Amino acid sequence: MPRSLRERLAILSDAAKYDASCASSGTERRDSSKSGGLGSTEGSGICHAYAPDGRCISLLKVLLTNFCIYDCAYCINRSSSNVERARFTPEEVVWLTLEFYRRNYIEGLFLSSGIIRSSDHTMEEMVRVVRELRTTHGFRGYIHLKSIPEASPALIEEAGLYADRLSINVEMPTDAGLASLAPEKRPQGIRRAMAALRTKIEEASEPTMRTRKRQRFAPAGQSTQMIVGADEANDATILATSGRLYGSYGLRRVYYSGFSPIPDASSRLPPQKPPLMREHRLYQADWLFRFYGFGIEEITAARPDGMLDLDLDPKLAWALAHREDFPVDVNRAAREMLLRVPGFGTKAVAAILATRRHRRIRLEDLGRLRVSLAKVRPFIVTADWTPLTLIDRDDLGALLRPPPEQLTLL
Amino acid sequence: MRHTVRLGGAADFAGWRDAARDLLLGGIPPQEVDWRAGDAGASLLEENTAPPPPVMPPPRVPPAFLELAEAVICHSDPARFGLLYRLIARLQAERHLLSDAMDADVVAARRLEKAVRRDAHKMTAFVRFREAPQAEGARRRFIAWFEPEHHIVAHTAPFFARRFGDMDWMILTPRGSASLTDGTLSVSEEPARKPDLADPTDELWLTYYANIFNPARLKVKAMLSEMPKKYWANLPEAALIPDLIAQTPARVAAMAEQEMRRPPLFHERLQARATAEPTSTAEGLAGLREEARSCTRCPLHCHATQTVFGEGPDRAELMIVGEQPGDHEDLQGRPFVGPAGQVFDEAMRHAGIDRGTAYVTNAVKHFKYELRGKRRLHQSPNSAEVEQCRWWLGQEMALVRPRLVVAMGRTAVLALTGRAQKLADLRGRVQALPAGPAMLATVHPSYLLRLPDARAREQETIRFREDLAAARNWLSAPTSSPAR
Ligand code: SF4
Ligand code: SF4
Repeated sequence: MPRSLRERLAILSDAAKYDASCASSGTERRDSSKSGGLGSTEGSGICHAYAPDGRCISLLKVLLTNFCIYDCAYCINRSSSNVERARFTPEEVVWLTLEFYRRNYIEGLFLSSGIIRSSDHTMEEMVRVVRELRTTHGFRGYIHLKSIPEASPALIEEAGLYADRLSINVEMPTDAGLASLAPEKRPQGIRRAMAALRTKIEEASEPTMRTRKRQRFAPAGQSTQMIVGADEANDATILATSGRLYGSYGLRRVYYSGFSPIPDASSRLPPQKPPLMREHRLYQADWLFRFYGFGIEEITAARPDGMLDLDLDPKLAWALAHREDFPVDVNRAAREMLLRVPGFGTKAVAAILATRRHRRIRLEDLGRLRVSLAKVRPFIVTADWTPLTLIDRDDLGALLRPPPEQLTLL
Repeated sequence: MRHTVRLGGAADFAGWRDAARDLLLGGIPPQEVDWRAGDAGASLLEENTAPPPPVMPPPRVPPAFLELAEAVICHSDPARFGLLYRLIARLQAERHLLSDAMDADVVAARRLEKAVRRDAHKMTAFVRFREAPQAEGARRRFIAWFEPEHHIVAHTAPFFARRFGDMDWMILTPRGSASLTDGTLSVSEEPARKPDLADPTDELWLTYYANIFNPARLKVKAMLSEMPKKYWANLPEAALIPDLIAQTPARVAAMAEQEMRRPPLFHERLQARATAEPTSTAEGLAGLREEARSCTRCPLHCHATQTVFGEGPDRAELMIVGEQPGDHEDLQGRPFVGPAGQVFDEAMRHAGIDRGTAYVTNAVKHFKYELRGKRRLHQSPNSAEVEQCRWWLGQEMALVRPRLVVAMGRTAVLALTGRAQKLADLRGRVQALPAGPAMLATVHPSYLLRLPDARAREQETIRFREDLAAARNWLSAPTSSPAR
């Protein structure tokens, strides 16, 4: 008996939930008030709901189909899994996107797919969905398309014309990891595809000489995802790979997805709980690299096993290992050094720099910025505060370590 | 005497602004003003609401203040009007007050602003439209009920107008309502009453919500901090949350205990087909190129994008060997396409050589770099890497069979001769290589790019072009043979 739309929606959203990316920000501004059509994008995206896993629901994240001819061990859709299979027609995805959007459930669509028949065939079907949305229905909401590395350039070109963001998942931190868990995937093919996307995105962001008009191509750039904990790679390896990906392909984001047990899992994978804290620390480290001027090796050098400390955030861990650089004088230090003080975010640093042009900063001033004084005090000097020997205490780490946290049920 | 200002509504910014201007002109200090929104707090006592006579110069404010005030005025805190007046009064003397992010008044105002922006943001997120019956041939109609904490309806309505331009909609709240009808936006401060709303599409949304949740990652606190319970009443999906959480332990346990099952039949068919597929059978240069794609002879392949193999005709008299691909070459998969490639192309043109007739390749076929921040900085390959990659160069030479090889830079010389030598000793002279073709050494074009002095660069560029011209002349001379 054919399955209802609702039953297939259940299967194909369940199959999509292992992709961590849900961002809908950073694209061009557009709206439907004058130009007609439906939808708008205005810089930062909106999370329309949160699931009990704490993840933001911003996009309708579904697979076109969860049939797949590949057999990636970590994936619920791999060909050897006994999971229920289903597929949408492109028209059904278009309909769901528009109707969800009209009710303000979502910001747009994140479409991906298992590989059916061939890479090009799969990509063609996905492109059909986004073309319909944009051209037939004047849809101006956000679209993220997972592209298939081996798809032909013409299809990628068209995908970039309609999608805000394109992504290709590297999946594993190392080529060896990918070879062992996803034997059909080609790491070099993935990197080549990301390189081609970068080239196209950069070309499109510079107006051409001839037409003086920008060729639209994925204005929200590209992103990727790495699975954490399915293979042996340590945090240093993972972050080094991220650094290279950012540097090589101009990615907007690298997502870290703690490997999560899946139904009908392959026996080759750890049946453990997803490493949520590890994932969190990796995001923090990634943040330090992108916005705080830390080099990857600086973040991961602290421990011989190449893992981040699960109990300490990586910035605090770095500061404890570099006490000779502290305390930092809030009224004098350069921005780069202020950014390294545990407890100061980029906003606090901006406020400090703005205020100290007018007067000397005192501890209570920092309190008003909602900075945790307990956290920053050992590391700073203000007009009315010097930490004396606090920074030299052996138990500083223990003092600053948070008490073990308990999850509360609702 | 105290002054009382009665504003037209809870978030009457224009009214506040006019009143504040009059009060400042009249030189009235903040502590002598009572602010009232609408008819709130009407007293039976006589109020002094007349604007004071102007005695001060016209007040001025930075644009950033107006932006701040427009948000703060939407807050439900009754003290907001007075706080803003205090700020604007202080701003007359303290021009840079707003950049003092730690001043108590500024901090208080920023806090209200943040609360308003958050509430407005949550409104854009959590309003749920339900479809309502529409008249024949009219636009589709949707209605939503929402309960904001602050007076943000008028402030947030334009967002919905920009987003939902092609339908009619209405958002009703206890703090006023907004609607778009045939493209015209209207707002009102009149409190609305909760309507009865239902929409069958909610069922699909609930299905989606339940299935996108991953029970193995339960994090209730994270959800609550972004979607606090005060919003739940108007979110259809929130009704599912208690059950989803309650079922979590059982679902996780079931996943852990599930036994391995036999893969489905189509998996076995797919696997059989994959093993039967023939591997590539290309021969000659094409085959070599294909083979080199998956080379792992040295560690450089791990970090680069792709093997950048040589390019040119299958047989060529002239072969050019560079050092290694750079950033652009790595991304595009072709040799000499970046800035150094442009210098090279230019020099080839000057020397009268058509690049398409030469076989152009590199001593090392993967890009080696060091990451500095988010930039990839070129690093020269070490001798072990050159040694490993020479194997490919040898294969290319054997197939292309050039008469002359131009070695650009020390690395190319090392790869071709097997010995590290000073470029200055060899430069510009044609000499024999042990295995057959002649070699002419010159600098690498990226060396020219690195020269800081413009005059030196110009001179070196001329020399480089002369070297290439010498190669062309040597090839066109009838009896060219290398000096032994
Ligand atoms: S190709 Fe994608 S959908 Fe298919 S098994 Fe691999 S990861 Fe899963
Ligand atoms: S640099 Fe040369 S030897 Fe090393 S992996 Fe690449 S192609 Fe192979």
